[in-house]
Amino acid sequence: MEKQKQVQKKQSATAIFFEELSKSSGLVTFLAILTGILISGLLVAFTTVEVYQAFSVSFWGGIKEIVKTAWSTYSTLFMGAFGNPKDIVAAFQGGDALTIRRAINPFFESLVQATPYIFAGLSVALGFRVGLFNIGAEGQIFIGALTATYAGYAITGLPAFIHIPLAMLAGALGGAIWGFVPGFLKAKTGAHEVIITIMMNYIAFKFTDFMINGPMQDPNEYTPKTPWIQESAQLTHLFADPIRFHIGFFIALGVAYLVYWLLFKTTWGFELRTVGSNPNGARYAGINTTKSTVIAMSLAGSLAGMAGANEVLGLNFRLVPSFSSGYGFDSIALALLGKNHPLGVVLSALLFGFLRNGSRQMQLKAGVPIDIVSILQALILAFIAAPAIIRTIYRLKKPDIEEEGVRVSGWGGK
Amino acid sequence: MAEPKKTPMDAKTTTHKHQSKSRKTTMGILFLLIAAVIWFVFVRPLDAGALTTYTMVPGGSTVSMADWVFPTAKVLSALAIICAVAGAYQLIRGFQNLTNAILGLVAVLFIFSFLSWASSGGTLNLAGLLRVTVIRAVPLTLGAMAGILCERSGTVNIAIEGMMLIAAFVSTVIASMTNLWIGMLSGILAGALVAFIHGTLTIKYKVDHTISGTVINIFATGITSFLSSKFIQKTEFQYLNEPGMFPQVDIPVLSKIPFIGPILFSHNLYVYAMFILVPLLTVALFSTRWGLRFRSVGEHPKAADTLGIQVNRTRYMGVILGGMMAGFAGTYFTLGSSGRFDELMTAGRGFISLAAMIFGNYYPFGAMGAGLLFGFFDSLAAKASILKVPVPSDFLGMLPYIATIVVLAGVVGKSNAPAAEGKAYEKESL
Amino acid sequence: MAPLLELKGITKRFPGVLANDHIDLTLEKGEIHALLGENGAGKTTLMNILYGLYSPDEGEIFVNGQKVAIQGPTDAIKAGIGMVHQHFMLIPVFTVTENIMLGEEDVKVGGFLDRKKAAQKIMRISDQYKLNINPNAYIRDLPVGAQQRVEIVKILFREAEILIMDEPSAVLTPQEVDELFKIMRILVDQGKSIIFITHKLREVMDCADRITVIRGGKVVGSTTPKEADTKKLAAMMVGREVELKVKKTKAKPGNAILQVEDLKVLNNQEQFAVDGVSFEVREGEVLGIAGVQGNGQTELVRALTGLLTPAEGKIKILGKDTTKEKPRFITELGSAHIPEDRQKDGLILAFPVSENLVLNSYQHEPFSKGIRLQFDEIDRNGKQLVDKFDIRTPGINTPVSNLSGGNQQKVIVAREFSRPIKLLIASQPTRGLDVGSIEYIHKRVMEKRDAGCAILLVSTELDEIIQLSDRIAVMYRGKILDILNIEDASKEILGLLMAGIKPSEEMKHKVTKEEQLITT
Repeated sequence: MEKQKQVQKKQSATAIFFEELSKSSGLVTFLAILTGILISGLLVAFTTVEVYQAFSVSFWGGIKEIVKTAWSTYSTLFMGAFGNPKDIVAAFQGGDALTIRRAINPFFESLVQATPYIFAGLSVALGFRVGLFNIGAEGQIFIGALTATYAGYAITGLPAFIHIPLAMLAGALGGAIWGFVPGFLKAKTGAHEVIITIMMNYIAFKFTDFMINGPMQDPNEYTPKTPWIQESAQLTHLFADPIRFHIGFFIALGVAYLVYWLLFKTTWGFELRTVGSNPNGARYAGINTTKSTVIAMSLAGSLAGMAGANEVLGLNFRLVPSFSSGYGFDSIALALLGKNHPLGVVLSALLFGFLRNGSRQMQLKAGVPIDIVSILQALILAFIAAPAIIRTIYRLKKPDIEEEGVRVSGWGGK
Repeated sequence: MAEPKKTPMDAKTTTHKHQSKSRKTTMGILFLLIAAVIWFVFVRPLDAGALTTYTMVPGGSTVSMADWVFPTAKVLSALAIICAVAGAYQLIRGFQNLTNAILGLVAVLFIFSFLSWASSGGTLNLAGLLRVTVIRAVPLTLGAMAGILCERSGTVNIAIEGMMLIAAFVSTVIASMTNLWIGMLSGILAGALVAFIHGTLTIKYKVDHTISGTVINIFATGITSFLSSKFIQKTEFQYLNEPGMFPQVDIPVLSKIPFIGPILFSHNLYVYAMFILVPLLTVALFSTRWGLRFRSVGEHPKAADTLGIQVNRTRYMGVILGGMMAGFAGTYFTLGSSGRFDELMTAGRGFISLAAMIFGNYYPFGAMGAGLLFGFFDSLAAKASILKVPVPSDFLGMLPYIATIVVLAGVVGKSNAPAAEGKAYEKESL
Repeated sequence: MAPLLELKGITKRFPGVLANDHIDLTLEKGEIHALLGENGAGKTTLMNILYGLYSPDEGEIFVNGQKVAIQGPTDAIKAGIGMVHQHFMLIPVFTVTENIMLGEEDVKVGGFLDRKKAAQKIMRISDQYKLNINPNAYIRDLPVGAQQRVEIVKILFREAEILIMDEPSAVLTPQEVDELFKIMRILVDQGKSIIFITHKLREVMDCADRITVIRGGKVVGSTTPKEADTKKLAAMMVGREVELKVKKTKAKPGNAILQVEDLKVLNNQEQFAVDGVSFEVREGEVLGIAGVQGNGQTELVRALTGLLTPAEGKIKILGKDTTKEKPRFITELGSAHIPEDRQKDGLILAFPVSENLVLNSYQHEPFSKGIRLQFDEIDRNGKQLVDKFDIRTPGINTPVSNLSGGNQQKVIVAREFSRPIKLLIASQPTRGLDVGSIEYIHKRVMEKRDAGCAILLVSTELDEIIQLSDRIAVMYRGKILDILNIEDASKEILGLLMAGIKPSEEMKHKVTKEEQLITT
């Protein structure tokens, strides 16, 4: 049917500005995060015993206690993530280097936490761009950590500028193998990647467990741990202790740019995006969809594998049982929040890094279980996936063209 | 009408069925390969006089039956020959429509050979293994039926895992405060509530079904772990994690049948519920007015709508019933199996349920068959320590997951997923 | 006396489109009232409103002089209205009985289905109106003609007085269309009334009692077959004088470009959808493939373009064996493909116009260097083609999904025709388009023929085949029954061939097993 252009009524500039703003997806994203934070705050308040005690005294006392609890929770979270402004100012005035480092450490620690999120988020985002739902990032992280560790301790006598890239690549390769399996099965048999990647996760956990307990166990240790990796494989730390900020963050940014360039500036990326947007059309255009699916899942796996490598080479320097993380699962929400665009992924990875680091302080100081972050993520993800909920709550206007949400193929590979 | 014969003949059915040649050959080679493995890996290293002993009474049962003892090498050689003959026949003539049945048979023979080999010179409690298989099949079958209820009415549900987890938590807490029955009921209601959220997101807000399911799974792990570490893991709230368990009820007469009785008829209510719900759901789906309407919205919602069937209302009903079933399956973990709640205790069973649903071709009986298959591997993994096999326990622990992958890769594409599942129904579209 | 049905001032807006603009329509008892209009004129929207699938923004509906509120199909059924949709509303995995009884089930105590009782009722209706229905067959096993009769029974089962038939002839052979018109007469003679939606002038002249023409969502006139002539109706429908015929010069066929030998192709149910087909297409000629939908045309085209690998036989393009080649190889040889479903296969709807215009040439210079895409060149090419092929789009960066169907098809034509091609495989190139777009595409195709391109045209529209083709092959059940020169082809002969009857032989008819089932 022929689309007719609607005549735009003349409006004042400010009115147009606010109308456009209320339609924009940026505002929806912001409100989704805000609403998620509010609801989780309420959840924390309502699971706090003191709140009920205050309510039993008086209603307003209860309300006050809710606000107090939520406020203390989130201020702990904020200071955990960015540092306490008072301490920072005082430290700089005092001029003692160690005190300054301690004061600004929370901010850099957040960046450290954000780094694996960038890798894992890119992994999931790349999958979505090609129409594949990679729930397997967690398992790929484990395998990537495993192979990177091996390359880190077993190879000796290399200079750092060769050993570090080599160990990172080993991690990428490990993850790539773990991504290749579901990609291959999806392309050849139509087995749905969601179930296969989840199964691959469990297999990865068991396999890592086996390796740390057996072939890769440090013979000098009684508990299951791998040997320490060579110093030449360790990612350079940029400040003295206690700041753990290391060059992995910049590697992650570089990889994010690379993924952006690959997806949007090259013929390969064009092919991948075409397959993701319309596999039938891609086949018609002469693109090998089987190959694209396998390559995309392998690439996604290698990105997640680098997240694992980053953790081992930059922070832990050895692999211990259940070292992770949950980075892989979190990155699903993260990728969708970042609209599956590398830049968006980096921004939401920073947000998640701050949340994660802050919430650890929250658990230590305010006694709020760290799982609140999962709840927060689920809420944000729900609001991002269903922008209509946010629009209804805040009475926003509908955009002229509804953004196409992420679509995952149904069972049976159709 | 002047000439009724001129009505068009069937334009689509070219009755000529074409059995794919590559599949025929692959299967033949596979059968031969299995025969070779049985012969070279299992039979050759064995002592000629080695015996396999199967205990036919599960531990704790009073129904007596003699052990089953046979010379391992001889029996396994015979099985290898059967597989080889099947392979040769398949290559030369082909089993045609029977291929899948023969494949199943060969697989059973292979597993039997493996067990006999692994327990050669010792004893293996076969009855115990099968009894545990039935028990482990329960959450998978119930979960798969939850999937069937959702997907037959058009909603993809990968949130079964999350629904189970939440129901497990809720049932534990409520049962600890009241009694088992109220605990179970509240678990079912919790499943329904979570399903209602899934329904709202997918039906009302048209969120992609897999994304919505993921939201619920993340939320479920978050909320149960949060509340668990905030309350029931702490000593002062310990009493909230002591729900107790449904007792085992022996069915009179039937439970006394040797071998079969203890395996099938000496369980708690969850196993019996599975035996009842599977045929019940089959009849409801395929022989009643409710079932016809229910399936129609999963196949062709617009057609159903033009006949006055409320598509979205029916879909909500499907999701919520599925959620109740998943909730019931979730309460099994706490009230039927372990008697307490642990974080992440469902361990992927919700996802394996989905594989069971697909493998069972969206039929309740098929789901139970698949559930028993996965349950068997689960039980094998759990009993790994009994076998004197040179395989690390971690690898045996992978068995259920690997089996799921193998089955999915082998089946999908052939299964009949409801045509409209996962698609939002837009009433007014251009 | 009040008319049986009266629509007053029906208005329906979709985002950006005024689909129905104050439409008035009446239906008298016992008449066939044709609603004539081209694709996109708003006929189907109007009927969906009448059937309760859409709710109107304005307007009222009266049945027997009583105002009725139709908020859903249930209300429509209650008001005695039934509809045969253009895309059948049948569930393939259900039986005929299950499909018909759905929503009006006969049940035994406890909600159990009484399939037997329903089947008896269906047989009674089938006999009364001579519809030949086998209640126990599965829909997926029935040919489209039979499926259509199931749809009619579905309406009669609900005792409807008003039948809406939306483009019922689209999937039928000419003879089947005649049968359908006979059935419609029987229905009207027994007291039913019919609204008949179509864009085919001749059908209107053949069977309607009254005609209302709709254009751009408005009623533009009302007449009867006696008063009207096709030329005037066509002008009313399109809004200007229409050339009913494409100007066609005599073909000058050259060398064979596409050669097909004994080709067999399996569909996804592992049945031979194409069952031993041989033909060739030469430079400068159009070979039309006629046939009722679902007789293997789709699979034939997919095999020729490399989207399906044939089970047996040989395909040669420009002398090269392409039987087992992939789509890219075939495209690069100089073959173009206008796919049957433009949205599913031919376009990436979310991508901008400019990228869709390089969908199968992005990997070549100047659109890319190495693996780097050259967006300047892609944009330049986009602008050029948008101008040359008159694609109406707000800009080259607009996603194709925002374009109208006709302009989407032009994007495909522009992309395929801008490459140096020797072979064009066009499948349903004008399906669902308005007359202007159809004329445009026909003209372009004929230009390509005259420039020496070999053209394989697959269409279920017999008129289109006859207008454009130099030779016509008729496909039936995966086989080509005959290939006729255009001079020897008549609608009647083609129609018989489409129904699987070779007219040259005695009209002896082997009664197949299936028909015995239907008749007994």
